[in-house]
Amino acid sequence: MVYKTPAYFDEMRDPSGVRPAYQGLQGWVDEMPAELRAMKQHEAEALFRRIGITFAVYGEGGDPDRLIPFDMFPRIFAHDEWRRLERGIKQRARALNAFLDDVYGRGEIIRAGRIPGPLVWKNEAFEKAVTGFRPPRGIYSHIVGIDLVRTGPDEFFVLEDNCRTPSGVSYMLENREIMMRMFPQLFRANRIAPVEAYPRLLKRTLASVAPEKCDRDPTVVILTPGHFNSAYYEHSFLADMMGVELVEGADLFVDGDYCWMRTTEGPKRVDVIYRRLDDSFLDPLCFRPDSMLGVPGLMNVYRSGGVTIASAPGAGVADDKAIYTYVPEMVRFYLGEEPLLKNVPTWTCNKADDARYVLENLADLVVKEVHGSGGYGMLVGPKASKDEVELFRDKIRANPSNYIAQPTLALSTCPTFVDEGVAPRHVDLRPYCLVGETIELVPGGLTRVALKDGSLVVNSSQGGGVKDTWVLAE
Amino acid sequence: MKLTVRHATSYSYPQPMRTLVQSVRLFPSRFDGQTVEDWQVSIEGFGDAAPGHAGGAMRQAVSGGKGGGKSGDKAKKSDGPGGMGQSLGGMAQSLGEAPEATRPRPDAAGQARIGAAFRDGVGDWTETVSIRGPVSRVVVTVTGRVETHDLSGVLRGHREMAPPGLYLRSTRATAPDVALTELAREVIAATEGTSTLDRAHKLSEAVTGAIAYAPGETAAHTTAADALAGGKGVCQDHAHAMISLAHLADIPARYVVGYLFAEGAIGEASHAWAELWLDGLGWVGFDPANECCPDDRYIRLCSGYDAQDAAPIRGIAAGASEPGTLEVDVAVQRQGQ
Repeated sequence: MVYKTPAYFDEMRDPSGVRPAYQGLQGWVDEMPAELRAMKQHEAEALFRRIGITFAVYGEGGDPDRLIPFDMFPRIFAHDEWRRLERGIKQRARALNAFLDDVYGRGEIIRAGRIPGPLVWKNEAFEKAVTGFRPPRGIYSHIVGIDLVRTGPDEFFVLEDNCRTPSGVSYMLENREIMMRMFPQLFRANRIAPVEAYPRLLKRTLASVAPEKCDRDPTVVILTPGHFNSAYYEHSFLADMMGVELVEGADLFVDGDYCWMRTTEGPKRVDVIYRRLDDSFLDPLCFRPDSMLGVPGLMNVYRSGGVTIASAPGAGVADDKAIYTYVPEMVRFYLGEEPLLKNVPTWTCNKADDARYVLENLADLVVKEVHGSGGYGMLVGPKASKDEVELFRDKIRANPSNYIAQPTLALSTCPTFVDEGVAPRHVDLRPYCLVGETIELVPGGLTRVALKDGSLVVNSSQGGGVKDTWVLAE
Repeated sequence: MKLTVRHATSYSYPQPMRTLVQSVRLFPSRFDGQTVEDWQVSIEGFGDAAPGHAGGAMRQAVSGGKGGGKSGDKAKKSDGPGGMGQSLGGMAQSLGEAPEATRPRPDAAGQARIGAAFRDGVGDWTETVSIRGPVSRVVVTVTGRVETHDLSGVLRGHREMAPPGLYLRSTRATAPDVALTELAREVIAATEGTSTLDRAHKLSEAVTGAIAYAPGETAAHTTAADALAGGKGVCQDHAHAMISLAHLADIPARYVVGYLFAEGAIGEASHAWAELWLDGLGWVGFDPANECCPDDRYIRLCSGYDAQDAAPIRGIAAGASEPGTLEVDVAVQRQGQ
């Protein structure tokens, strides 16, 4: 196998050779002739097209329904590596929920002076409409997506938290499905923990947070903005896998104390809504009056305990990039534990000292918009041109509170199939933690890979691809 | 002071609506300055101009019984005005009992149903009204009697969970411009070294001086900046400008909706003012239109960031091809007059 040991921490190779988790793959790669690999790659693409997994990309030309490139080289975690990660992820998901429960209640963490109040209250994601309301079990973020990067054998950093509606879990499931179809021998030769329980666990999680008023098997639905949404495939895929209805706002209505779904057999009461719709569109009587996507009166039913909305409206205040720097503090404050996962050191430009440092070191830093997502509107200093750096300098000066900056991390690489064979490419990881009556994490997640040589941006909207993520069983 | 209120809001649509959902906050706030003796909000939908197709829902709200909706929240039969009164059997469900909940009740067209009621984090009692169409006219009627006390504007004994710091946020209506910023700076400079309360009074005076009371000069969407530029406005504009100035002085401020017994006072019976969060006092009302703090002539209903957010009635009609027309009739009287 021709694979140069890379300059960064590599998931497969360290100076002493192939790391144990990847030893089962060695033969597979070595024995795969180029033609077979090309054929398999082609087959994988055909499968993805047939299933219909495409991803609309905003703000770019070209095919709006293009495929996210799938790389067949899996990313592998050893069993004990994953155990450590799992504890850290669950700890963080608990702390984020405790924070939400607190800031919409008594605000102890602010009273204790551990987080500045204005940072929370002035945040647009903080919803006045849900202050003083405690959703079932005190859970606000039922699906927590935590974006992780790795810089060494035991060095994991959280890039950001996603407490609203993290997307991409359909890729985790489909990537596995396709790998199993194409390379069944790999799954016989390696003991790989299954991820297929995810839809069942998601449904169980959602059912476990049904309102107290619900005295029967809860009716769960997925609320989608519609087929023009970039993640519509995922919405319909999850509805299908969970065996629940996929609805749009117009399929639901409020009557009396409850929210109802129109069906061919008449109205059916809905108990839990897994919404893939932003807060501001949920209910024109509470938020944006011009929203046509939501359900008029839904927030009133929610507030009076007639329906559960997952994630809870207002959950976004916990995953804001300005709040992010305080998550380790949340872990200490609410759980009395030391955080197992590290934050990336972050400079928040609304602090004068931080802003000065950022402006002086712009060429070495990654700069992000506080409310941005998807890799849009960010600067990767070391990879940027002089003009791009200067453009960001002006932007930060004009509106410092809109930007944070982080050091350019030496993201780990994972072997990836490229035209010339196999080459290291940078990867990250998004696991999906489910929070309900219990807290669950399927062994796996979505590994995103920056397919361009040297690129550190893994977002699918910026030329990233995906990989199957294996966790080896004990 | 004992005040009686009669407030009718009528929405008419050129074509019948399929359904209508409203979120209603027309209930007096619970605080030491007011005691509700009697309060009723009734909502009636009128189908296709045929009186026989009309129904109404009536809810009687009694102060002191609003907590979890378990007690004191009686619903009673509507005897409806002008022959509209159908028997409203379904309305007898009170908030406390669990209503049958496997199917929505098959209502007659135009019949209003009240549900999903709660007290929100800022202390406002909210109810949800759903009306099955076809309905071309909806009338919301408030009648009530409240005993008020003069607390010099202080919102004493009002329970709320929302952090006051939340009300440092600006909206389109309250966003500062150069002129507002300049006006705030003048007042701040002139009140250097005084208490926040003194500063708040001076801000209120500044608004009174800068925006003359002149009905019809501004509209629902007029912003604080627009009103200041025009120099004329009504209570909504005064309140927006007051909030904007308070924010510039780093004082949390919000918009309040209520009623005013307007004997010799400026403004209409349906009124709005601002509340500012002052350390040591809590929320304190300021009414620049009348150059005073709310006293026993005022009945407080609900609050928000601005007029839109504080609207006591928000509604969405399905099947509306054209916007409806609105008629409001309010009378606040001192009992015994």
